[in-house]
Amino acid sequence: MPLSNSLLIILAIALIGFFITRQRAYSIALKNGGVAKLHSLPLYYGYLAGIWALVPALILLACWSAFENTLINSSVLGLAPADLVAQGEDQMALLLNQVQNIAAGSIEASPDDALQARMVARMQSLQGTSLLIKSALAIILAVVGVLWAFKSVNPNYRARIKVEGFVRIAMLLCASVAVLTTVGIVFSVLFESVRFFGKVPISEFMLGTHWSPQTSIREDQVASEGSFGAIPLFLGTLLISAIALIVAVPIGLMSAIYLTEYAKPQVRAFAKPAMEILAGIPTVVYGFFAALTVAPALRGWGESIGLSVSSESALAAGLVMGVMIIPFVSSLSDDVLNAVPQTMRDGSLGLGATKSETIRQVVIPAALPGIVGGVLLAASRAIGETMIVVMAAGLAANMTVNPLEAVTTVTVQIVTLLTGDQEFDSAKTLAAFALGLMLFITTLVLNVIALHVVRKYREQYE
Amino acid sequence: MNNTTTKRNTTDIVKAGLAKRYARERRFKLMGVAAVSISMAFLAFLLISIFAKGLPAFQTTYIKLDITLEKKSLGLPEEPTAIEISRARYDKSIKKALLAQFPDVTKRKEKRMLYQFVSSYASRQVADALVADPTLLDTTASLWVLADDEVAALARQADYTLEKKDKQTEITRARIEELKAENRIETRFNWLFFQRGDSREPEAAGIKGAIMGSFYTLIVTLVLSFPIGVAAAVYLEEFAPKNKLTDIIEVNINNLAAVPSIVYGLLGVAVFINFFHLPRSAPLVGGIVLSLMTLPTIIIASRAALKSVPPSIADAALALGASKIQTITHHVLPLAMPGILTGTIIGMAQALGESAPLLMIGMVAFIVDVPTGITDPATVLPVQVYLWSDSPERAFTERTSAAIMVLLIFLIAMNALAVLLRKQFERRW
Repeated sequence: MPLSNSLLIILAIALIGFFITRQRAYSIALKNGGVAKLHSLPLYYGYLAGIWALVPALILLACWSAFENTLINSSVLGLAPADLVAQGEDQMALLLNQVQNIAAGSIEASPDDALQARMVARMQSLQGTSLLIKSALAIILAVVGVLWAFKSVNPNYRARIKVEGFVRIAMLLCASVAVLTTVGIVFSVLFESVRFFGKVPISEFMLGTHWSPQTSIREDQVASEGSFGAIPLFLGTLLISAIALIVAVPIGLMSAIYLTEYAKPQVRAFAKPAMEILAGIPTVVYGFFAALTVAPALRGWGESIGLSVSSESALAAGLVMGVMIIPFVSSLSDDVLNAVPQTMRDGSLGLGATKSETIRQVVIPAALPGIVGGVLLAASRAIGETMIVVMAAGLAANMTVNPLEAVTTVTVQIVTLLTGDQEFDSAKTLAAFALGLMLFITTLVLNVIALHVVRKYREQYE
Repeated sequence: MNNTTTKRNTTDIVKAGLAKRYARERRFKLMGVAAVSISMAFLAFLLISIFAKGLPAFQTTYIKLDITLEKKSLGLPEEPTAIEISRARYDKSIKKALLAQFPDVTKRKEKRMLYQFVSSYASRQVADALVADPTLLDTTASLWVLADDEVAALARQADYTLEKKDKQTEITRARIEELKAENRIETRFNWLFFQRGDSREPEAAGIKGAIMGSFYTLIVTLVLSFPIGVAAAVYLEEFAPKNKLTDIIEVNINNLAAVPSIVYGLLGVAVFINFFHLPRSAPLVGGIVLSLMTLPTIIIASRAALKSVPPSIADAALALGASKIQTITHHVLPLAMPGILTGTIIGMAQALGESAPLLMIGMVAFIVDVPTGITDPATVLPVQVYLWSDSPERAFTERTSAAIMVLLIFLIAMNALAVLLRKQFERRW
């Protein structure tokens, strides 16, 4: 690939620049009476040359590549006759896609389409020219950068300060990637959601009780026919999460209490890593287990006592999800319980309370805010969990709180709406983003509260 | 006087209640034991059930057939090239060989049943054998070819086949016995499972494609998230001024660590695929999304590692005239490296097991070819597990469990490496 070649050339220029500039710094230093006479070590002059070679050239390449496609595409589409343009944007996008694929060589051109051939030819020639210019410019820029650094080597030049300044800026940029990610999530989800709410009123989405997105992609059907009411999804999510928490909170909390307060070191040395293994098992494995082992077993038991259990029951998904969260609850509670000062336990034990009385009446009340924080984090994890419910819960949006029936969740619907066809304008795919927005907001609020509570609590005992 | 009676009374009250309180104490402790045992029991049950289901997938059954390979009937020229040989269709020859093996089959329906005795991959195997040894052409070669998954299950008498007593199954059983008597059927280790990509035929499906997909995805993730994560951690720990912006970044990182993974998938679809037009289903996009997801883990672990390096070391370096960045790159960072690497490995293990965001960006496609680069369409191990778990065939259930075993082995190896690093290099200052 020519682009990777020019990247390699730029990299080579940077390396050569590094060595020759460092060498020049050495020779200048010798002329002036030793390396100590330079402001910075010769190494830093070399680094500076490398930075000057790489950074401007790479920025140029990145910017050029970001904008060239738009320009090339509009120029290629300019060839299309007016009657084709009149057919609408979808048609044009399709045509463009074909031309792009042919130009890239991934599909065969149809032999008797003159327009297509012209467009492909123009696209290829434009792409070729663009690549040539951009590579040449980048390489020139790299050479100029090295020359600049090479020229400016002198004993008073503060190369180290410049290099360190650059490193600092680079680190700041890395740190802001986290912020950019959040901004990216918020904007991508929000933007598509706004488009969705343009098609389906927000009140209907939030309050409607009927969810069947599949029907709305039929042609000529208005999307707002009561098929995007998300209440059943919210209810299903809450149901499964509630089952999961009912399993996970008591077991997780009791495990943490036992492991911190009672267990001998040998037991702890064995049980803690086992818990970590449980936490490290991929969720898809839990999902497989829920769908193929737990759900049929539950169904069998239900039948043997005369209950009708759906094979995609909320109970199966909830139980397995609960087990998945146990180590999470347990390790968070563990931290919190350990943070309770020993003096409080000693005081209670000294007054004659038994160990369990101490734990129930002193340690847990003292640790309660932290435990609540942990439970909130666990809840946010249960709500956002995807693979278990995708594999073990159903697709039908039933309005029910019966754990033996099949329900669907927000995450299941996001996955089903977005895998498969990728028409980006249909209400169906946009609905996934609206659901994602709900999910993001809910988990964000839970997390913020939980983190705040936990932090407040830690400060209390520090 | 009065006082002592009360005292005695209190003691009595306490003593009277002791038995009850101790019983409650025991019950409480028992609950704790029960809670831990439930988790352990579940873990054991999960692992045992997956291993029991998955082990048969590591075996596969081969059948020896005497296949007549005439160039003419195969449509090959007199001096065929390797490409011509590998492109020819051998289904008919295999069918003839099957009929020759069981001459009593005459009816059409029975024939059709017989043809399903060997996998459709057998044709490929014959082609490979011929490419390796073209002298077999125009002879009747005894070749071992892959049996169909149901035949394989019957041959090794898998427990779910024992109850099957219908006519067809009985006929197949009799044929297997016939082959066994002639030493024409054999169980071997399933190397194909590690050599091939996905397939519609369970007996010919493998996880090499998924493993390579996971490999490329993780490489992208590592290349992006490790330098960015470490740089961000160093900045936040050592340089960041205490101001609003730093606070925002910190709160952000903590929150990102708890954002559901599927939301990262939405970000991937909207930004990288729809806006930047990166290729769908490619490890490149998967790696970018996963690296955004693992960044918080790496940053948090790296900050903890940096914090644990005693300030006296940095102070000594600074006192000797090193600049702040020299102090960090020459002293603090190398000392914190074991901790940083441990955090990175744990983050990578998380990324390896993650599948939800990858479903969003199209890494769920049915892909037969093994990917050879970061822009090839690919799938990853956990997604392969998800894909196979949907298939109704028992053989696919076995392969799903086997793929999970491979995935777990990778994860355990990574975590063991992290523990080892921690044990080996951890220093208490």
